[in-house]
Amino acid sequence: MLLGQTMTGPIKRSAYYREIVRHMHDIGIGSLIIVALISLFIGAVTAVQFAYQLGGTLIPRYYIGYIVRDMTIIELAPTITCLVLAGKVGSNIASEIGGMRQKEHIDAMEIMGVNTASYLILPRIIAGLTMIPLLVFMAAFISIIGAFIASVPVGLFSADEYIKGLGMFYDPYNVFMMFVKSVVFAFIVITIPAYQGYFVKGGSIELGKASTAAVVFSNIFILLSDYFIAVVLTA
Amino acid sequence: MIRVENIFKKFDDLEVLKDISVNFEVGRTNLIIGKSGAGKTVLLKILIGLIHPTSGKVFYDQTDFYALNKKETRELRMEVGMLFQGSALFDSLTVEENIRFPLDMFTKMTAKEKSDRVNYCLERVNLEGVNNRYPSEVSGGMQKRVGIARAIVMQPKYLFCDEPNSGLDPKTSILIDKLIQEITRENNITTIINTHDMNSVMEIGEKIVLLKDGILAWEGSSKEVLQSESGVIQDFIFASPFLQKLKDMAIK
Repeated sequence: MLLGQTMTGPIKRSAYYREIVRHMHDIGIGSLIIVALISLFIGAVTAVQFAYQLGGTLIPRYYIGYIVRDMTIIELAPTITCLVLAGKVGSNIASEIGGMRQKEHIDAMEIMGVNTASYLILPRIIAGLTMIPLLVFMAAFISIIGAFIASVPVGLFSADEYIKGLGMFYDPYNVFMMFVKSVVFAFIVITIPAYQGYFVKGGSIELGKASTAAVVFSNIFILLSDYFIAVVLTA
Repeated sequence: MIRVENIFKKFDDLEVLKDISVNFEVGRTNLIIGKSGAGKTVLLKILIGLIHPTSGKVFYDQTDFYALNKKETRELRMEVGMLFQGSALFDSLTVEENIRFPLDMFTKMTAKEKSDRVNYCLERVNLEGVNNRYPSEVSGGMQKRVGIARAIVMQPKYLFCDEPNSGLDPKTSILIDKLIQEITRENNITTIINTHDMNSVMEIGEKIVLLKDGILAWEGSSKEVLQSESGVIQDFIFASPFLQKLKDMAIK
């Protein structure tokens, strides 16, 4: 029902533009550093651990580049990035909307005649669906660089081996899969916290609980949908 | 005018409002008073549609409010202004942006027209030069005045005020009361104020509705309060010995 109300078009589109831009900034620019940092280390750790696991085997070292690339694109970049965003962006959305509910801001807007579900949630959905896939794309790119930085200078494998691995068995369908996941996860990261915040009742304890529930449910739904997308897109 | 007919409201087994019927008159300050838990906030929220009644009707002039569809409700609400107890100003917006918010949402006014209207409203509530401050940067009394400015920016036909004096010193309370009364008269709007401030009752209570345990216990004006022999109004209005003394002096 809330989603239906959210998707009811705005009364005046121009009033939404500012909100969309503000949320794009908050979600996108506001999450750049944390996403970059996590991606860098994910790539680094993945490369170091695969180098360790492949040590003493007959598998060529350049396979590490191939494994890092596909693991990052298919799974780690979209899933880990969105799990992190569920914590950062999701809790922020739940507490911001919940705070507005508690301080009667939502009632004030309702009385003015504003479709609050649409005004508060739709710009966030649009901003999330735009910025989160871009963040995921950036995360994948940084992870691959992170793997290079962590491994090549210390001699785990050579730059040529890594680059050769990166170019092996490349399938653009995997990138498509990454974007499908990031769009679905983005929708979860925005809508579940928005729901939790919009219907919060009581005081600061309930707001805290709503914020926690937003993160927990978002994470569960991200992992569930990750599995179903994997099953459907690889069938 | 706002007319309420046979309003009942139940929360589970608890009956909060019992058969309330009353007219709130145009161009006058109508006060809903009563002890905490008497049902006045619930009645106010039913009047503005934030809570639905269990049964009964609310008429805005001739329009049956609860018979309207969502679109019609939103259209009617553009004729409604509301001052909240905590002002409910949007923290992330400046004073000017707060007041301009309804204009941005619903009108096709130019930036200049909006700015003029905002400045007029700020001037009307005796607040100038605070356009670019955030709500957290102005005092509680100023926040109330910004709330009033936002409530009147769309030139409403109906104005609701929930505890407009809560948290304010007596002098500022009187200023706010007078301001609401002046705006009501100037614009001939139907103003309904939910309060338990006795100063407000005596100063601007052109029509007073007293609720007790969810029942409409007394109706009248501030002038009639002094003369009333009703035990309910005596018990509520002159609850303190100080006010009782003042009443005795006024009668003498």
